[in-house]
Amino acid sequence: MVRFENVAMRYGEGSDVLKDASFSLAPGSFHFLTGPSGAGKSTLLRLIYLALRPTSGKIFLFDQDVATIERAALPPIRRRIGVVFQEFRLLDHLSALDNVALPLRIAGTPEPTVQEFVIDLLKWVGLEDQINAHPATLSGGQQQRVAIARAVINQPSLLLADEPTGNVDDAMAVRLLSLFEELNRLGTTVLIASHNEALIERSGYPTLTLDGGKIRLTPATQRRAS
Amino acid sequence: MRRGSPIPLAADGSGRFLPWLIALMAFLAILSTGAAFAVQAALDRWDRGLTATLTVELPAPAEAPMPSDRVDAVLAALRATPGITAATPLDRRAAEHLLQPWFGRVVDMSDLPLPTLIDVHLMPNAVLDRDALEARLDAIVPGSSVERRGAWLEAVFRVARLIEASAVIMVVLVGSVAIAAVIFTTRTGLALHADIIRLLHLIGATDRFIAGQFQWHAFRLALGGGLIGLLMSLMVYGGLRIAIEQVRMIDLAGPTDGLRLPIIALVAVICLPLFMALVGLVTARVTVLRTLARMP
Repeated sequence: MVRFENVAMRYGEGSDVLKDASFSLAPGSFHFLTGPSGAGKSTLLRLIYLALRPTSGKIFLFDQDVATIERAALPPIRRRIGVVFQEFRLLDHLSALDNVALPLRIAGTPEPTVQEFVIDLLKWVGLEDQINAHPATLSGGQQQRVAIARAVINQPSLLLADEPTGNVDDAMAVRLLSLFEELNRLGTTVLIASHNEALIERSGYPTLTLDGGKIRLTPATQRRAS
Repeated sequence: MRRGSPIPLAADGSGRFLPWLIALMAFLAILSTGAAFAVQAALDRWDRGLTATLTVELPAPAEAPMPSDRVDAVLAALRATPGITAATPLDRRAAEHLLQPWFGRVVDMSDLPLPTLIDVHLMPNAVLDRDALEARLDAIVPGSSVERRGAWLEAVFRVARLIEASAVIMVVLVGSVAIAAVIFTTRTGLALHADIIRLLHLIGATDRFIAGQFQWHAFRLALGGGLIGLLMSLMVYGGLRIAIEQVRMIDLAGPTDGLRLPIIALVAVICLPLFMALVGLVTARVTVLRTLARMP
């Protein structure tokens, strides 16, 4: 699904954010991505969702070398990736419904289906009373749930989430994690960047740890054992 | 439930002046096109009338009215000339009516010595030796003259062609300004909404999807502007007709006829707002696609 081979990433003349990073995510796997602030978690996610190109090394996505993908071929690949951005990136002029519906409308889904899917999902994340609310009128946690709903609405093959539980209480964090697990059971590969050590410990999923530009995999069993 | 547009173009103010600019351009284009069509239509009518007719003028005798046998002799000579199908003298009332715009209603023309005018109709494409005809008529009534229209008619046609060329240049200029305005507005919109466009790309939007947002926005603005321009030009056109009617120039049977547009011109004028909207749509689409194609 995702494979990094000796990937390095540097912004301008700065130091390397990633150094010689190699790892792979198997189809249908579930991983957490953790590390200290500024370690490069968001950069790694941006490389995967094709917002950045690596300084060196190779990235394979859906068995394709991303360096060889033509610009015109990017949209169908990006539609297979759901992204929960750390800063949500909701469109302020649109309602919660229209924000969540965006990926479906871009994909050309018929409008009655869009309405049905979006309303069901907004109910599921507890926003049935905020369907027509605009982001500015929602709390941070509510905005985060709208962002998550937008990322998962088209049942992506790969879900990337940058601190998706950062603004919600523990109960909602568990509920959202169960949503990700449900998607994972349906075949979606999930990678979640999080600082929530308790949640990571409790879930017992394998963890990629970024530190000093290097990446280290802690398998689930080993993590449980430690 | 109303569906929101992903890019808030209608609310960003970048296209606020575009409809008014398009309205002005449409106004100028419609007036230029209308003027060109009106001039062409008027010239067509004149051309048909003037090349198929001519006027013979017999000078007014100093003391007595023109003897009728002399007029009859001239008519006979005319009717015997190959290429002439009819020769009809204008009666005195008709001649006075023609002169009335110059003398006004206060001058009594009944005592004025007026020349005798003969309306001559020619066969289509008839070739007439006017000098020879004039010489024959001069032998019957000294001082007779055959109206010569060639020189001034050619000058009128030259002016008409100049007006038509000016109209074409005006339409091209106006179209260029309108296209430049749409390009500027579209680029401003692209810059204002760069973040949203990046997000749309990240969640799988194609360049064509994004171009679609801009093209229909430009279509609506240009259509609105075009309709305002059409309304303005119709008001000016109506005002001109009323003004001409009021100064009674209708008696000359020319100017108001010249303002009557042929059907094809009316269709062109009415379709112009839609045409400008389509130009706006295509311009915005091409601008967005070309700009986005340069992005990584």
